[in-house]
Amino acid sequence: MTADVLSTRALDGGPRRDAASTVFLAALWTCLAVASLFLIFILLTIIVNGAARLDLNLITGVPSTIRPETSGVLPAIMGTLLVIGMTAVIALPLGIAAAIYLEEYADRTRWYNRMIELNIQNLAAVPSIIFGILVLAFVVRSPLNLGAVALSGSIALALLILPVIIISTREALRAVPGEIRDGSLAVGATQLQTVWHQLLPAAVPGIATGSILAISRAIGEAAPLVLIGATSFVTFNPDGPLSRYTVMPVQIFNFATESREEFVALTYATILLLIIILLAMNGLAIFLRNRFQQRW
Amino acid sequence: MSSFEQTVSVTRSASGPEENREVHVEVQDRRAVRAGVSAEPVMAVHNLHVYYGDFLAVREVDLTFGAGAITALIGPSGCGKSTVLRCLNRMNDLVTGARVEGSVTYHGVDIYGPQVDQIEVRRRIGMVFQKPNPFPKSIYDNIAYGPKVTGMKANLDDVVEQALRSAALWDEVKDKLKQNAYGLSGGQQQRLCIARAIATRPDVILMDEPCSALDPIATSKIEDLMLELIKNFSIIIVTHNMQQAARVSDKTAFFTAEVDDKGKRVGRLVEFDDTSKIFRNPADERTEGYIAGRFG
Repeated sequence: MTADVLSTRALDGGPRRDAASTVFLAALWTCLAVASLFLIFILLTIIVNGAARLDLNLITGVPSTIRPETSGVLPAIMGTLLVIGMTAVIALPLGIAAAIYLEEYADRTRWYNRMIELNIQNLAAVPSIIFGILVLAFVVRSPLNLGAVALSGSIALALLILPVIIISTREALRAVPGEIRDGSLAVGATQLQTVWHQLLPAAVPGIATGSILAISRAIGEAAPLVLIGATSFVTFNPDGPLSRYTVMPVQIFNFATESREEFVALTYATILLLIIILLAMNGLAIFLRNRFQQRW
Repeated sequence: MSSFEQTVSVTRSASGPEENREVHVEVQDRRAVRAGVSAEPVMAVHNLHVYYGDFLAVREVDLTFGAGAITALIGPSGCGKSTVLRCLNRMNDLVTGARVEGSVTYHGVDIYGPQVDQIEVRRRIGMVFQKPNPFPKSIYDNIAYGPKVTGMKANLDDVVEQALRSAALWDEVKDKLKQNAYGLSGGQQQRLCIARAIATRPDVILMDEPCSALDPIATSKIEDLMLELIKNFSIIIVTHNMQQAARVSDKTAFFTAEVDDKGKRVGRLVEFDDTSKIFRNPADERTEGYIAGRFG
């Protein structure tokens, strides 16, 4: 009896519903395919044109206009490492500290705290070239007058990724349940001890993930660095924070303006190298998130 | 007579005045093991008003909490019993906009006085929360955390063992002290939280519905533990479970929410008396109605 009522006839939505679902699904697949194809096309173009030059010369040699077929981008790799290293050293403590203040200490009913919060959200959306202009005006030239050196580049990139680090750190802190705070304070811990011994350790995976993603954004930035004088053709490795320098995206920008065929291959190979570095960093971020994520 | 009323009446008789206790001593009841309770108050609340911003949450509460006694705060949701509890160790200080008027004294000292350190207040007046909230650390570190952050000069191994023994958890966890506390069952986690509260050697333990997330067997273990703990501590417990209040407490305070002339709900104390009196012969008809299950 019951089985009769629940037969396919009673539950069948009929051909119209089937057709609508199929069309909708097909539309979704099409959108996905367009996005993926575009990405795959770019990646394939880069691999096809650059794979041949992705050799040892590329990572050990220096740029050369005389022998582009064997020249490399070692100064740019070293420059990127130096600039990004200093960027992390500047941006991480500042960003994490700012996030702790906003999330754990700030009284949200105060207008200045709300204003800071709103402005950080806005800063995250500011075009990177603006940070370049800022650093050009205040750091490269007077009052700091550092000149077009690696440290200036790091300051620009640190300012650029600071809002992202603050926002992701706040989210990581917010994800720690209130019960953990209460539990810590209830045994007589101070707020500082609670932050240091409970909240930060619990939030580290989230902070690390957000920071790595922010730093990989900084690695790919060219615009602000071009503006503040990352030199486009450098044949020496940077020797310190106050050294002249170049970074990989600027190097790519420079290679791309050369018309000779050898340089085209060199450009693609450098892009490929940069993509590999970025993918590796994103992979690390995903690994950290999955490995250390605390499920409450 | 319903089975619920029977349960309550049996329990009441055993915890009633001396003459009744004699008669019912053979009744299987956990309260029967209790000796006389000291009348000396360890904490007192006088004319307490609690505000959240402009909103008056609780008004005119007067209570005294006996040393070595279990005092239960009962009442329907939103009656302010948890709010009052959280004033007793200044946990409400952490809520933005929360304000306390009136006095809360601990051994005669106003804990909201200008010279009073709220950290010291929380060390001496421990707290156990509704949901078990162990830290995402090892069992050992959960207990050792309080003594460490409050700078207790004692052998941590001894403190941990003693606290776990007092919380009747030692035998279950002594072989896995280094394992994460999240591997314990809910009931074990709650006893771990009690052990954590004991470890800083408080003399009052506040419990905010400590059994509401636990099954009946785990609940019964916690109740046994409470009756054991009052040899050394005073306990103030908020509970939604009236049978629990009847089973374990010496005194009971009944709160309710009143609607004021502006239509806002304000919690207030209705009646505070010996548990046996509250459950058997309440003075206020609202108490009687709540106990009999007519509202709440």
